[in-house]
Parts: sequence; C-alpha cells; structure tokens
Amino acid sequence: MSKARLMQGNEACAEGAIAAGVNFFAGYPITPSTEIAESMARLLPKKGGTFLQMEDEIASFGAVLGASLAGAKAMDATSGPGFSLKQELIGYGACAEIPCVLVDVQRVGPSTGQPTAPSQGDIMQVRWGTHGDHPVIALSPWSVRETFDLTVRAVNYSERFRTPVILLMDEMVGHLRERVELPDSVEIYPRRHPHQTRAEGYEPYNPDPDGVPDTADFGQGYHIHVTGLIHDGTGFPSGSPTVTRDDIRRLHEKISSVGEEIIHVEESFLEDAKYAVVAIGGTARTAYEAVREARAEGIPVGLLRLITVWPFADAALHRLAERVDGLLVAELSYGQLVREVERAVHGKTEVRLCGKYDMTSLTPAEILADIKRMAGRDA
Amino acid sequence: MMERSYEKYFRENRLPHIWCPGCGNGLAMKAIVMAIEEKGLSQDETVIVSGIGCSSRASGYMDFDTLHTAHGRAIPFATGIKLANPKLHVIVITGDGDCTAIGGNHFIHGCRRNVDLTVIMFNNEIYGMTGGQGSPTTPLGRLTTTAPYGTSVRPFDACHIAMAAGATYVARSTAYHVRHLAKLIGEGIDNKGFSFIEAYVQCPTAYGRKNRLGDGGAMMKWMRDNAVQLSAWEKLPEEKRQGKFPIGCFLKREAEDFNMAYNELVNRAGGAR
Amino acid sequence: MSVFTIREERCKGCGICVTFCPKQVLEVDELSKVHAVRKEDCIGCGQCELLCPDFAIFVDKVDKEAAK
Repeated sequence: MSKARLMQGNEACAEGAIAAGVNFFAGYPITPSTEIAESMARLLPKKGGTFLQMEDEIASFGAVLGASLAGAKAMDATSGPGFSLKQELIGYGACAEIPCVLVDVQRVGPSTGQPTAPSQGDIMQVRWGTHGDHPVIALSPWSVRETFDLTVRAVNYSERFRTPVILLMDEMVGHLRERVELPDSVEIYPRRHPHQTRAEGYEPYNPDPDGVPDTADFGQGYHIHVTGLIHDGTGFPSGSPTVTRDDIRRLHEKISSVGEEIIHVEESFLEDAKYAVVAIGGTARTAYEAVREARAEGIPVGLLRLITVWPFADAALHRLAERVDGLLVAELSYGQLVREVERAVHGKTEVRLCGKYDMTSLTPAEILADIKRMAGRDA
Repeated sequence: MMERSYEKYFRENRLPHIWCPGCGNGLAMKAIVMAIEEKGLSQDETVIVSGIGCSSRASGYMDFDTLHTAHGRAIPFATGIKLANPKLHVIVITGDGDCTAIGGNHFIHGCRRNVDLTVIMFNNEIYGMTGGQGSPTTPLGRLTTTAPYGTSVRPFDACHIAMAAGATYVARSTAYHVRHLAKLIGEGIDNKGFSFIEAYVQCPTAYGRKNRLGDGGAMMKWMRDNAVQLSAWEKLPEEKRQGKFPIGCFLKREAEDFNMAYNELVNRAGGAR
Repeated sequence: MSVFTIREERCKGCGICVTFCPKQVLEVDELSKVHAVRKEDCIGCGQCELLCPDFAIFVDKVDKEAAK
C-alpha cells in the first residue's frame, strides 16, 4: 500500500483509471465531473498517455471509441447533459463491441438542471438512453476508495465483455474528500487478441465460447471492418433477419450468461432484518447511518446497497423480498430506482420510496423517519 | 489482361459497390487507392475511417482496417485512432452533409487541432443516401426533395472553411479529373498535419435528375468544361468566373502537427512516449 | 490493337465510358452492360477505364504480331 492521501472521488476515479491501464482520455468540461478530466490532464502526460480536450461531448466519446479500436484503454467522463449527447455513440460502442469506460457524475436535471447539486436521476438514462436493444453494465461507488476500485473494475469489465461500461457516480461521492490508501498495483484484464490468422479464417466478430469476440486492434494486419450497422461474424453489414436476431441476442447473452458474478451488492444488518433500505452511491452512506440509528431504537432494519446498478440485482432483491415485510428505496430523484425494485420483487413485499429532488442530499433523519413509518412506528 | 495494381486495395468479394449507375463515388475511391499506391502506404498500417452516407460506404470496399462510424463523427474517431497509435496512416472519407452539417464542429476543430489525418470529402451537393435532400453545399436555387421550390440558403465552400480553420493542406479536384485528384490526395498524405481534399462528385440519381443535369457522363462533362486550374482561375476576370470553379491545391502551410506538439508537452510533464 | 476486359458483374451500364470514348467504340446493351462493338476503332486512350466508376472495363494495348 502506498501512503495515505486526501483526495476527492473524482480524483480517485482518475487514479483508478491510470492504475487499470487507461492511457487515453478524451473529454469536455462539465460540472460536476470536470476534476476527472483535470486529473487526467495532469496524470496522463507523465505516463506518456494521451489527454485530449475535445470540441464537444460527442467528439470526446468518438475519440475514445477510435482510440480503443487502435489498442488504447480509453475513458471519458461527463455529467447528465453530456451523457445525453453521447447516447448515439454509446449504442455504437455496444453494437461494435468497443471496450471503454464512460463516467457519469450525476447532477440534478432535467436539462441544465442544477449543475452543482447532487442527484441520482440518471439511473434510467444510463440503462435506456440509447435507441434499440443492448445491455448495459453500470457500477456505482459510495466512497472515495470504492470509486478507485470500481473504476478499475469498470475498465476490466469493458475489456472482458468488449462493451462500454458506465461508472455511475453522484456529486456527493465525486466531490467527497476522504483519506484513502491506494494499492500499488491492481489486477488488469488484458485486451483480447485474435488467436487465429487471416489465413486460418479469422473473423473479428465471431465470438468465443463466452459470447465475446476477439476483435483485433487496428494496425495488427487483420484488415477488419467495424461498423454500427448490424453485422455478422465477418464484421460486415448484413440484411439478414437471422443475423440481426442472433447479433442482438448475443450482445445481451454475453453479459447475462455470467449471471450474478458481476452483480455486486453489499448487505448490512440484514441477518435478522424485518425491513430493509435499498440505496446506491452517496445516498447509501446516509441510509447506512439511518439504519444504525433505527437499530439503536430497536427497529430490525438492514441495508442492501447495489454496487452494480446494471444489470439489476433481481435475484438479490427477490431473495430479500421473500424474508422482509417492507423495502424502503432511498434515492435522489422523483423515483427511478424504486420502479426497478418494484419490478424485481414482483409484489412479494411492500415497496416505499424515500425520494428527494431539491438540490440537497437526504439526511439520516429523513430516511429514519421513513423507516419508522414502514415499521409502523410513526415518527 | 494484367490485373490492375490498385485492385489489391479493394475487397474483391464486396464489389460491385452499392452506388447508383453513374455515381462519382467510385472514382473518388479509385483516386484514393491510386494515391495510397503511389505513396507506398502499408495496407496493414493504414486505416480508412468514414462517417455515414453514400460516400462513407467506401470504407467497406477497401482492404485495410476500416471503420464505418456514426453520422458526422468520422473525424473524432480518426483523431482517437491516430493519437492512440501514431504509426498508423489515417484516411477519412466523408460527405458534404456528414462533414459540413452534422459533423461541422468536428471538421473545424479537426483543422484547428492539426492531427495528421487526410480527409477526403466527397461533395455531391446532396444527401444521396436518404434520397436527395438539400445539403450545406447545395448551390442556391437547386431543387431538392426538401427544397421543392429551390434552395434559398447560400452554400458553404468547404475548402474556404478548412483554410480559415487552420488545415495545413487544402485542395479540390473532381471525379472527372481522377488522376489530378489522386495527385492531390497523395500530397495530402505527404503533409504531416490535417489535410483536406474536396472531391467533387456527381450524383445523377438524387440530384442530377431533379435538376436536369443529365446522366453521370453529362455531369462529368460539366466538370471537365467548368473546373479551372487554380493558376488559370487566378487570372480570370470576375465576369468570366461565373458558373466555373477552381481546382488544385489552395493552401499548404507549415505547422507543427498535434502529435509533435503533444510529444513536447509529454516531455514538459516528465513523461515519455 | 486493344483488348477489352469487361467485368459484367461490376458494370451497371451508366454509359460514362461511352460518353468519353472519342471513337464511339463502346455501346451499352438493353441489359445495361457495356460492349466494345467497334474494337478496331480503339486508339487505346484509356479514358473508358480511367473514368469507369465501377472498375468494370479494362483496356490493354497488345502488339499486333503477338495477338496473332
């Protein structure tokens, strides 16, 4: 372990990216994510990597996709409005199976909204923002140290599954300063490389048994074609219904087939719980405190924190719903996470919302009050 | 017959191409591979990047690493490729709508940034793939499906934009002048920096027919008769320039390309590349 | 004399080669394929090949003696 440092979540994200081997960053200034770009501008040249401030949000993500195709580990960071602008190219990255990481440090929306205020209103945008069908992997940290760790994990998942991975942060964690000790090195998932030659019939989009193709980097002599049109194993566009169906199905199944392995959750005080709070990111910190206070008052409540937001933790929620009398979803929005929790629990237990969208974070007292209502102990 | 040497740069099994009978895109594509051959670029170390539109289908026919990006975004993707692996030669194929409308911001900033890219814009003055809507380069008064009473907005001159925005090589030729076009593209490849070559091409199907310009051959005859070499153009009095347009190399200037400038930045930061 | 190679699978019958042939050597048939119908008039200028946007027509000059 290197020595302890004080840093904010956005800086830890940049440190995690560098540790995971990111050597290319393109971005556009946007609050509250800008410190990620600023940190990359400072760190990358020292490592011989490339930092690019592009002309707009779309160009940033386009450069990231191009860099990844040329062999770089590439990342971009933005906030809600920028994320909206990048949606077409996020779909491109999913369709053409290009590894890269996109960070979204959420702010209050819609539109320009409240740029400096915390929100968790992009949960659905990161999942469903693009047109068409493709899965999404999104991870959400609750601390500065975890921001480092999940950035590394996001880079590794992007390489393993050859897809853009979203690091879904919020302003609270992005600007939170904590004392952290960062590891000297991390485990890195290497870029997949072809294990066939052209003469042996190599096809850049012909998947391995795990459903993920070993697409060559540009410049390796494979003369591959990459397109956002639906394509077959050769990489060339196809107008075939069968190819279209199989391609879209494979994009989903390469991720769904690993099941819960990548769906990380953290359980606190759930062993004997009759009630549970569900939360992500910075809000989960508040919820943790509220749960502790409720426990001190004798209420058997626990916390389920979703670290992987997408794919959604259906199984974990289903198991939880089987044994508790109520779930309280705490989130900084008019109600997004709550809809997904309701879907996952299939009416097995009552689901309540503790939502907030007034520029301020939830307080432990606010969540505690809702826990008490849920437990029939009106505050 | 002797196989033509440029054929090795095509993906034989992808031909014939999808372009309409008489379309000039095939000639612009031929000029590109002629230039690549002339300059001796390695097929393994050359990447063709295109946007969306008729022109941008060219990448699929060319036997290199090829990237068919999203509408308007070829230059940002190409920028990422070139900077991630500077030893690659990166050639961008774009169209007038792709480059000067939806990709206009990327175009001007590409010029400003001066990354070592060779950008060839196939200018057919129309959105061909979607069936003939007006583009930013459609001349005033022309008929398009979105200007059924004639266009009423002045067109862009993409070469003027490139020169003003900082490109370090700017040229124009036509589908008729295919060897001349190939020579200019070759000069663009030689230039270490952002090179912009406008390839004026005919679209007989979605543009020529509506404006009674004749078939592909007739539209190329018009190019032959109205394109004027820059040296002659400069001597033409204003009244004789009417209906004609200049071709040739408009600008070549020395400026540090992005990679060189960035390498210096890396040195200042104490890093190494 | 000139030997023509026409790759019919590529020819779309656009007629550009016909337009620019200075000796009216070429014709497009009713199935939209080009043919060299007056080969003997060909002067070997190569315009047809150069200006074909479909890479469908090739013309090679061969020695008359060798061709016999």
